Amino acid sequence: MRRVAVVGVGYSQFGELWDRGFRDIVLEAGAEALADADLEGREIEAMYVGNMSGGRYLGQEHIAALIADYAGLAEFGIPATRVEAADASGGLAVRQAYMAVASGLHDIVIAAGAEKVTDVGDPMEILSASVDMEWERFVGGNLPALYAIMARMHMESFGTTEEDLAMVSVKNHRNGVRNPKAQFRREIRVEDVLKSPYVADPLKLLDCASISDGAAAVILASEEVARKITDTPVYIEACTQASDYIALHSRKDVLMMKAVVKAAREAYKLAGIKAKDVQVAEVHDSFTIAEILAYEDLGFAEKGRGAELIREGVTEIDGDLPVNPSGGLKACGHAVGATGVRQIVELTLQLRGDAGKRQVDAEKGLALNVGGTGATAVVSILGR
Amino acid sequence: MVPRFWRKIKYRYDLRGSYCENCGNYHYPPRNFCPVCRRRGRVREVKLPDEGRVLSYTVVREGEPCVVALIELDNGVRIISQLSCDPGEVRTGMRVRKAFRRYGEDGEDGIINYGTKFVLAD
Repeated sequence: MRRVAVVGVGYSQFGELWDRGFRDIVLEAGAEALADADLEGREIEAMYVGNMSGGRYLGQEHIAALIADYAGLAEFGIPATRVEAADASGGLAVRQAYMAVASGLHDIVIAAGAEKVTDVGDPMEILSASVDMEWERFVGGNLPALYAIMARMHMESFGTTEEDLAMVSVKNHRNGVRNPKAQFRREIRVEDVLKSPYVADPLKLLDCASISDGAAAVILASEEVARKITDTPVYIEACTQASDYIALHSRKDVLMMKAVVKAAREAYKLAGIKAKDVQVAEVHDSFTIAEILAYEDLGFAEKGRGAELIREGVTEIDGDLPVNPSGGLKACGHAVGATGVRQIVELTLQLRGDAGKRQVDAEKGLALNVGGTGATAVVSILGR
Repeated sequence: MVPRFWRKIKYRYDLRGSYCENCGNYHYPPRNFCPVCRRRGRVREVKLPDEGRVLSYTVVREGEPCVVALIELDNGVRIISQLSCDPGEVRTGMRVRKAFRRYGEDGEDGIINYGTKFVLAD
């Protein structure tokens, strides 16, 4: 296997983009990534696109060919492939591109992620199709409900409080202020979260990431090519993926995302590092409890003690381990299939020193992208 | 949507799961294949216990508040289901029993979906 570098990154504004279409935002992200890499479209050999539900969000399938076409690549006829694992689709696209380059099949590949959720259909209902529709959703267990069931169990088992959960949201909003492409660029207080209406107790409106429009793209290249085209390559030292039982009721331990634990363990091994060596992380805070679980399952904290990291300020942008400096899914916006790619964009900017007002000091970064309630996890470790 | 519901009626109107004679594990919903033993598994369909206890729950607040719970049946099988009770009544650890209830309908002209919910046991 060859070493793989990120040589170009880009992403669109995230948010409710009423005046912009799916094709517009994907092109914005892709063009930015190409400009960042100083490459031309003709040099891209293959494309992978993470997209959860073009069919239901847009009424459009065949997304990968559509994007390749509108990116001006139809002339070259490159292979363009859509991959799907609910809201881990973006992470999957990066991993497919990574494998295509690492294996030697291609030298330069683009991974994009995109979702336009405000055009057709009910965004949360569609995202909830990531759970077991017949045995969870049928009885009322939509995505917020299932995360709420995990949250209450965590609170009753380990003493995590609603204030702890609120602090995750407050931190991510504070970071989002410094990210010009974030959907929510305003600070909120713990009281604001606690006073927001319940969506599914104990989770409130401000514990939940909004489902947003957005697109992101990264260009990956082999080490040899990367050295020729950039002075600041960021290497993907591991990109792993794992799966788990899809329904919460089938898992022995409801409070442990086994897929995250497995993907993380393999990623640390491949990268030759330990959890404590991670210096910045972008994790999947689709709900505040998900970030607490991520701290534990990634090995940043022992099981049950995730909330201590947020209480002690460890994961603040100026803490020992900044988590979600971009604002995370909560403040940057959760553009479903784009999220996993956007996380890699953020880590690349951070490791290159191009993250502007939200810059942290780090040489190793980790991204965690989760599908549904944890039946898919993708973990990437980047280093400069 | 009718066939999708109709072919599962046996499992929606009652609590059924599978039991693997090789490993002794129960699974809900019933599976054709034991996920623990795979090829060596010997799976048969079984009726699950009528009662269990609430491990965790939430109240979903879209429209009428609706209590959704993770329930552990008396043989250890876990199931996500709805509780037919006042949202203020539910507590973790509470004993619950299965009940046949209405779940909703496929629009005004569609079929009515019935299924198993849980009620407070005592």
